[in-house]
Amino acid sequence: MRPEPRLIEVRRNVLKQNDVVARSLRDRFHAAGVFVVSLVSSPGSGKTAFLEKTLTLLRTTYRVAALVGDLATENDALRLARSQAPVKQITTGTLCHLEAAMVQSALEEWNLNQLDFLFIENVGNLVCPSSYDLGEELRLVLISVTEGEDKPLKYPTIFNSSDVAVVSKLDLAAAVEFSWETAYDNIQAVRPGMPVFRLSAKTGEGIAEYLGFLATRLAEWHQAAAV
Amino acid sequence: MHELSIAMSIVELAEEEAARRGVQVNAVHLKLGALSGVVKEALLSCYEMACENTPLQGSRLLVEDVSVVIFCPRCRAQRPVSSVQLFCCSECGTPTSEVVQGKELEVVALEIQECAPNPV
Repeated sequence: MRPEPRLIEVRRNVLKQNDVVARSLRDRFHAAGVFVVSLVSSPGSGKTAFLEKTLTLLRTTYRVAALVGDLATENDALRLARSQAPVKQITTGTLCHLEAAMVQSALEEWNLNQLDFLFIENVGNLVCPSSYDLGEELRLVLISVTEGEDKPLKYPTIFNSSDVAVVSKLDLAAAVEFSWETAYDNIQAVRPGMPVFRLSAKTGEGIAEYLGFLATRLAEWHQAAAV
Repeated sequence: MHELSIAMSIVELAEEEAARRGVQVNAVHLKLGALSGVVKEALLSCYEMACENTPLQGSRLLVEDVSVVIFCPRCRAQRPVSSVQLFCCSECGTPTSEVVQGKELEVVALEIQECAPNPV
C-alpha cells in the first residue's frame, strides 16, 4: 500500500540563485567604490539617448562605463560608444530581462576600481526586470512624455521597486499635451517620496538637476562607506 | 514574460528537495506577493510546461496570493495598502513606501509521498 501524502515545510526563495549573485556583485561594487545605476523603461522611451547624454556629460568629471542589455542587436552599444565611455553589450536573445549572472559574466574582465559610475541598461520592458536584483545601488525608471501620464499606475511594481524616476522627451510635452502634475502625482501614488526629474536628452533641459542628484548620491555613498 | 523561467526555477528547486529526501512531489505550495512582478495565471500555465519530462510531471502548483502590507509611520503599525496604485495606509491615508509584505516569491511547502520501497 502506498503511504499517505503529507506536507513538508520548505521555505525557499525562488530567485535565491539570482539574489546570491546580486549580493556578491554588490559587495564587489562596494569594494571597488563604483556606484551602479540600473535603467528600466519601456521600449522606445529614449533610454539609449538618455544614457548617451548621461555618459557624455558625466565623463568630463567622472570615470563612467555602461553595460547595455538588448534582445538581438548591438545598435545600442554602438550608439553609446559615441560617448567614448567603455560600453559592453549583453545580448539576451529572447530573454526579456537581465539577470545578475549576466551582469557578472559581462564584467569578468573589467577593472571596476577604475570607475566612479557604472550604468546598466536593462532590456526595454516594465514588467520582468522588476523581479531581478542586479546588485545595483540605484534603480532608475524612465518614462517619456509620449507614453502618457498613467504609466506608473499601469506598472506599479516596477515603480515600486525603483529608487528614482525620470520623465524624458520633455521637448515633446506640449505636442502630446503631457501633464507633468498628473504624472508626478501618479508616481508619488505608487511610490511615495520617490525623487522625480523631468528632462530632455535632446535639448539638455533639466539634465543639470538630474546629474546633480547623481553626484550627490555618489558623494553620500562614499561618505557612508567611509564611516 | 519571465514566468516560464520562474516556473523552471520552481520545478528545479522542488526536484532538488525531493531527490534529497527521496520522495515524490504531488504539489508545490507557493507564496506569491502582489509586488513580486509575477502573474499568477501565466505562472500556472508555464508550470505545467516546466514539469514536462521531469519527476514533477503531473504535480500541481498551489499559489497563495500575498497582499501588500505597509508600515504606517502615523499609526505606527502594519496596515494593508489602499491599492497597488495607491501606496497609502488604508486606515489613515498616510502615504508610505515601507513595504513589509507583498514581494514574496517563495516555495513554502511540498506535498509529498514517500517513494514505495523497491520490492526485494
